[in-house]
Amino acid sequence: MSNPTLDSDVKKKAREAAKTLIGARVPKLDAPEKAAGLARYIEDIRLPRMLHGKILFAGRPHARIKAIDTSEARAVPGVRAVITAKDIDLVPFGFGSDNTALKKGVVTCVRDEIAAVAADTVEAAAEAVRRIRVTYEDLPVLSTIEQALAEGAPVINPAFKDNTPFRYDYTHGDLEKGILESDVIVEDTFLLQRQAHCCLGTSGIVASFDVEGRLTLLTQTQVPFSYKNDLSPIIGVPPERIRVIQPPIGGAFGSKLDIHPFEPICVFLAEKTGRPVRIVFTREEEFMATPTRQPMVIRLKSGARKDGTFTFRAARFLLDNGGRTSWGATTPWISMRTISSLYRVPHVSQHVEIVYTNNPYSCAFRGYGNPQATFAVESQIDHLAGELGIDPLELRLKNAHDPGDVTGQGMVFGTCGQKECLKISAERSGWAEKRSRKDKGKAKVVRGIGMASLFHVGGGAKIYRSDGCGTIIEVDDFAGVTVLTGSSEIGQGSETVIAQIVAEELGLPVRNIRVINNDTDITPWDVGVHASRTTFIAGNSALRAARRARQKILEAAADQLERKPGQLDLRNGEVVDRKTGESLAPLAKVVRRIHFGSGNDMVVTRAYYEPPSRVPDKEQKGDVSASYAFGTHVAEVEVDLETGVVKVLNLYVAHDVGKVINRLGIEGQVEGGVAQGLGYCLTEELKIHKGYVRNPSFTDYKIVSTTDLPEIDFSFVETDDPAGPYGAKGIGETPLIPVAAAVANAVYHATGVRITELPLSPERVLRFFKEAREEGGS
Amino acid sequence: MPEKVELSFSVNREPVQVSVLPSATLLDVLRNDLEMTGTKYGCGEGECGACSVLLDGKVVNSCLVPALECEGVEVLTIEGLGPQGRLHPIQKAFVEHGAIQCGFCTPGMIMAAYALLEENPSPTEEDVKRGLEGNLCRCTGYRKIIDAVLSLAGEGVSRE
Repeated sequence: MSNPTLDSDVKKKAREAAKTLIGARVPKLDAPEKAAGLARYIEDIRLPRMLHGKILFAGRPHARIKAIDTSEARAVPGVRAVITAKDIDLVPFGFGSDNTALKKGVVTCVRDEIAAVAADTVEAAAEAVRRIRVTYEDLPVLSTIEQALAEGAPVINPAFKDNTPFRYDYTHGDLEKGILESDVIVEDTFLLQRQAHCCLGTSGIVASFDVEGRLTLLTQTQVPFSYKNDLSPIIGVPPERIRVIQPPIGGAFGSKLDIHPFEPICVFLAEKTGRPVRIVFTREEEFMATPTRQPMVIRLKSGARKDGTFTFRAARFLLDNGGRTSWGATTPWISMRTISSLYRVPHVSQHVEIVYTNNPYSCAFRGYGNPQATFAVESQIDHLAGELGIDPLELRLKNAHDPGDVTGQGMVFGTCGQKECLKISAERSGWAEKRSRKDKGKAKVVRGIGMASLFHVGGGAKIYRSDGCGTIIEVDDFAGVTVLTGSSEIGQGSETVIAQIVAEELGLPVRNIRVINNDTDITPWDVGVHASRTTFIAGNSALRAARRARQKILEAAADQLERKPGQLDLRNGEVVDRKTGESLAPLAKVVRRIHFGSGNDMVVTRAYYEPPSRVPDKEQKGDVSASYAFGTHVAEVEVDLETGVVKVLNLYVAHDVGKVINRLGIEGQVEGGVAQGLGYCLTEELKIHKGYVRNPSFTDYKIVSTTDLPEIDFSFVETDDPAGPYGAKGIGETPLIPVAAAVANAVYHATGVRITELPLSPERVLRFFKEAREEGGS
Repeated sequence: MPEKVELSFSVNREPVQVSVLPSATLLDVLRNDLEMTGTKYGCGEGECGACSVLLDGKVVNSCLVPALECEGVEVLTIEGLGPQGRLHPIQKAFVEHGAIQCGFCTPGMIMAAYALLEENPSPTEEDVKRGLEGNLCRCTGYRKIIDAVLSLAGEGVSRE
């Protein structure tokens, strides 16, 4: 007969032993401060004697600067400095080395920075900017790719012989062979628009020098360490004399991967005045003078055998580069991976041309070229499915990857939940039944259902020689833990995931963990917050450092308690007997004994995690990520045939996330990504006409609001990637990527009209209906 | 420069006196003169709701309210919502439901939610969506914000 008390005690201990923080719903660590209105963003920070900076933008898309007169501006009361290109060293920067902080000679887009003012107040700075007189000689404006490619078109960047200096080619297999093997071939042209990041907090920076010339920047950068390196030559301050502090950041989504001209400008103003200077953009400046997602034209051709087996895919990409070249010009490298490897395709080619125009330029944006490629590929798969008479789900399953696949581009899919994601989202959406139902007759509003899949890097992306992250952990006398991580927090919740991982390993509650992640004078190296890499890379780094701290504590405890480390465990802030769960000593006491007793040591551990991925070779091939994330979205829509309004009713999303670490956080990433994807699909387009931004406000640029939301049904497929922390993969970018394609495919199912441009605004939808009627009638 | 004007009103139940430029907005006064930076500038055009505060009990976009119209009014901001440095139940609900990511829209969103619950203590999901329609969030996709507010429906918490 068992002793009931003992029995329940044993059960309780067993429950405690099994208790895990991994997969729990853990509120974001910095949320209370943000909820209280006490988080201080850059625009909230006022340093003693701080001045306010303001920039004069060209306001014309292509012109030669003849003269700049700043005399009136200098006379405005409160003005402390006015600078133009002739006051600074013009060190080129950006991916094309074609940008400078301030411009001299020729302006090539409307947002080109001409001059800047530092003044006692924002109003005085703005007034001075208005009083700067610039004389221009206007030059012909190339506002479309066609104009820029036309014979005899002026060359925008005189360093090159034409307007298409950046070209990339990719190939695997033998395209000719693939074409010959095809029973069905389809071809489409897709037009993708500019999407603005619309971070609720506008761009900003505070620059201040100390008396010895050391520079402190309060900045929003997503890449604090390479930021120092990249900024250093532009401003003439050695990187070791730059301290980068990232206060809470009001959204980033890729927009803060580049160095933007306003950042060195602010440093120059601080240097010139000897006072701290802050620049914060207005919303209009944010729309007008910050880069967007790349507009692309994608000509795509694919083939298949009668049984649905994919044979080839050939893509030609044309990108509107705008007047300067940011890292945005590298986004086709990511598009390339979807073109080559989203499904098994034996023969693939891609040709990319990036065309200078006099439009504003673009930069990184969540998904980094993948939403565009996925829109094209996934739309075309439905086109192909129609021609083949095969259900789109079946066609995808037939060509989907299995775990262990090595793609034509050399990516190794160690774990791969692609088929599970397809099946689960189809099952949960009632795909088979809804797909066969078709609104007939004269219905004014018709329903349809469509799907799209995606894959993306899920274990970092080795685009630099290092894709690593460092962590330092210190466990104090009271079982408080300080974690110094190189990884940056931009709202996505990385600090909470890292705290959970450390708490899990040390058997402590999450509230005992303090994460410090925003000061390059304190934190160890990290590549940056991009490529959905932080949970995976910084998580792995934190996990390793935490395991070392755990080991150190267990060894010390074993010594103190005269046991073996393997007999002990850390649970609920105590060192316990691993088997019985019996409490042996508080963890804090063990650490104190290390400090005060014979240990004469500290529990300070560190780890550097470098993923086992490879920098792609010259052909862009190689296993660029340590893990890959997959997903499928199924969209159910309602289309009003008279008004062209598309309403998304339901989204059934399935993501292979490896393992859920923070369920609350991962749901938030999916919901937020889906909302941005819906905006990209339905309403968002920064409109440029003859080089000018036409809709620089939330009145004219509509992002999703509370009333635009469909119901979202989640499924997380846990493939337990052995390379990830507890099996986890990245999630940051993936939920945005397939939304537009899934919705467009649902519109096709509802109406029979394939819309190959975004966004699906009512005007555009009606235009496609009209074109389809005219084609049908001819 | 135009002359400044003396202005008296109440913020978070305490009287304040400031001298302001005639062109100043309530948002300018809160952020610059009173250093209450919890209320955010998001657009300056009343389109995003980041600057939402309560003015005599009604939610307003403080970026559109001329400071000179605030003589004698009562303003409630995010800093005045919770009792003595603690979080108000609405603030707690936002934290616990994962309704906060970058957090920039959060103060305005919470003030709009507070006003909504004041007016309608038991809102339906549709009521919440309509009530918060003017507050933009770029991070969360709103679901968790809506859930946070709905968790307080019928709880009578807005007056705590």
